[in-house]
Amino acid sequence: MNFELTEERQMLQDTLRRFLSDKYDVATRNSILESDAGMSADIWVQLAELGVLGALFSEDDGGFGGAGFDIAVVFEELGRAGVVEPILETCILGGGLISAFGNKSQKGILETVIGGGTRLALAHGEPRSRYDLSRVETVCRGGKLAGHKSMSLGAGNADHVIISARESGAVDDKEGLSLFLMKTSDLDLRATPVMGGGMAADIFLDGFAVTDDMRLGPKGGAFEALETVQAAAITAICAQTLGGMETAVRLTAEYLQTRKQFGKPIGTFQALQHRLSDMLIEMEQARSAVIGAAGYLEADPKQRDRHASAAKNLLGRIGRMIAEDAIQMHGGIAMTQEYELAHIAKRIVMADHMFGDTDHHLERFIALSAA
Amino acid sequence: MDLSYSKDELAFQNEVRSFLKEKLPQRMSERVRSGGELTKDDAEEWHAILNDKGWLAQNWPKAFGGAEWDAVQRHIYDEEAALADAPRIVPFGLSMLAPVLQKFGSKAQCDRWLPRILDGSDWWCQGYSEPGAGSDLASLRTAAVREGDHYIVNGQKTWTTLGQHANMIFCLVRTDKDVKQQEGISFLLIDMDTPGVEVRPIVLLDGGAEVNEVWFTDVKVPVENLVGEENKGWTYAKYLLTHERTNIAGVGFSNAGLEAVKRIAKAEMSGGKPLIENPHFAARIAQVEMELMALSLSNLRIVSKAAKGGAPGLEASMLKVKGSIIRQEINDLARRAVGPYALPFASEAIEGANEPPIGPDYAGPVAAQYFNNRKLSIFGGSNEVQREIIAKTTLGRMQ
Repeated sequence: MNFELTEERQMLQDTLRRFLSDKYDVATRNSILESDAGMSADIWVQLAELGVLGALFSEDDGGFGGAGFDIAVVFEELGRAGVVEPILETCILGGGLISAFGNKSQKGILETVIGGGTRLALAHGEPRSRYDLSRVETVCRGGKLAGHKSMSLGAGNADHVIISARESGAVDDKEGLSLFLMKTSDLDLRATPVMGGGMAADIFLDGFAVTDDMRLGPKGGAFEALETVQAAAITAICAQTLGGMETAVRLTAEYLQTRKQFGKPIGTFQALQHRLSDMLIEMEQARSAVIGAAGYLEADPKQRDRHASAAKNLLGRIGRMIAEDAIQMHGGIAMTQEYELAHIAKRIVMADHMFGDTDHHLERFIALSAA
Repeated sequence: MDLSYSKDELAFQNEVRSFLKEKLPQRMSERVRSGGELTKDDAEEWHAILNDKGWLAQNWPKAFGGAEWDAVQRHIYDEEAALADAPRIVPFGLSMLAPVLQKFGSKAQCDRWLPRILDGSDWWCQGYSEPGAGSDLASLRTAAVREGDHYIVNGQKTWTTLGQHANMIFCLVRTDKDVKQQEGISFLLIDMDTPGVEVRPIVLLDGGAEVNEVWFTDVKVPVENLVGEENKGWTYAKYLLTHERTNIAGVGFSNAGLEAVKRIAKAEMSGGKPLIENPHFAARIAQVEMELMALSLSNLRIVSKAAKGGAPGLEASMLKVKGSIIRQEINDLARRAVGPYALPFASEAIEGANEPPIGPDYAGPVAAQYFNNRKLSIFGGSNEVQREIIAKTTLGRMQ
């Protein structure tokens, strides 16, 4: 056992933190949030040049990382700065599935992803699936896709999207799910900005003809890979949320020292001191949960998923507490869009709506522990 | 970062496992498993078994006869000991007094007292709290006045855990009344057989009597029993509190407690099914288990850092608060799990009846343990004091 970052990861963390503090300040971020695209193509290219995207892929895929702790390091920093660009969607979800299943030509896309030239998204969720990974009503019959993919994160800014569809089995069977990789521009897509940043989309498939070269991976055999990338996505979103908490707690502690009421800094009041302490204590727990998720990401699926669900549940609970307490202890100022905390708090809380929420992962943890 | 055990760590885990399997007396593990208290003889026997193996003083440097384990080794031992239902190691001499002697004591004091801790000649207790000095420990009033080669000690200590078994007590005493409170305190070692020392048990709400009042009336203590310098005791006390709190999170206890809750919840029936299948109860178990998984990693991270020279003060406070909350939650789950059989009250104080207790064996101690472990968030600096330390350190660091 050892709890030190490797030299490479320490460098990655330092470089990314410096870059974001120089190039991704609150004003920049707020202008990105107000833009039509909801992201900055400029920042995207620079992140690629820094090697941030490459750090999320293994050497086999042309990157130089891709392990749980690479994911944790990168997303914690992205979370601290509240970065809204669709890195998780592109590298972890889209990139993860292409890495698992891609043929030679499909894997060629990864090179342009790492270089900053292509963005990806996964369209898996549906109006009635909620967080259930195996429940897919969209079908592929006779070479045609029919169904409605909903809240596909990052699809509003993606060049390629991976669509899941059922080719056999009952509506919630694990078997029978297939994936198709296609250009976003060919699809009937309705984009929507996301609370907390990013651009999602719903995709309407009404007899969309698929060709063989669109097929990603074996017919009907996508479920395990979907679970694997979801575990990686959970690690990423939990690390991102941890980073957000660090910023929320830092802002709150600073505010406690500068804001004066009743003639003294509000940080001298014990009621607020104890709340700050609880935030710090819980954040330490969150940090350990992220380390657990990252450290077991390459373990056997049961162990991996048990730690992932534990992390997602804890981060959901702790995130809500820290976001709410940070807003409460700031008072009115935190209610403004302009103040830094607003965006961070939104990202922390909205993370609980991605890849399964607190309750979903509580149930999953119980099931995995009993099995 | 790497969460898996190295080859050496796995070998150590095996060694601990086979040691416990061979050497831990079955009657002791059965007693621990059923939640019963161990006697003084049991504790001394277990200490002697560990000492034979060289594993009693786990944190001590090798130069003093310790095992000098690192954080991961201690974690492995705690985990295996909890799984095997081994008794806890009584900490007062081994992990509270000894580090202070090793850091601030004279060579003569180390030579005299440390071997006696290892071989069980002395049973130490801690004389810190007083009726008027709890969380505000620096306001203590037990006074030691120098007269020639002796100090004359007068006053009263309280909440002295297992003082009834002890022959020695390390005390914080006031040696100067005219300076700032913290600057007039000294660290004194007192033989409890000295005339004028009186121990009176305090019966607690769970019916047990593990704590005591200790009274001092004109007790003569030789000056060679002063540790370090006169009036520097507060520094030593803080060192004791912040330095040797490796087990402050109580992860091993919580792991064992959670396993016990699961065993009970499998045996107890609710609505015709095992309680553990009740979704509400299962959710409460799962929530605390997830917290405990995170705490276990926090503990390892923080203790590893401390071993490499990091400052564990703030982090130790965090571990104390969260660790106590989790242990108390597990005690609460155990109490709920046994349902109406939490109600029978088998107090040590009213023992004597030979009737077997009503209800399953595992139900006997859980309500008492629940009440007893309310202490966890009170002693060693209450959780509120810890929160104060965390907030002030954090806000102070930023200034």
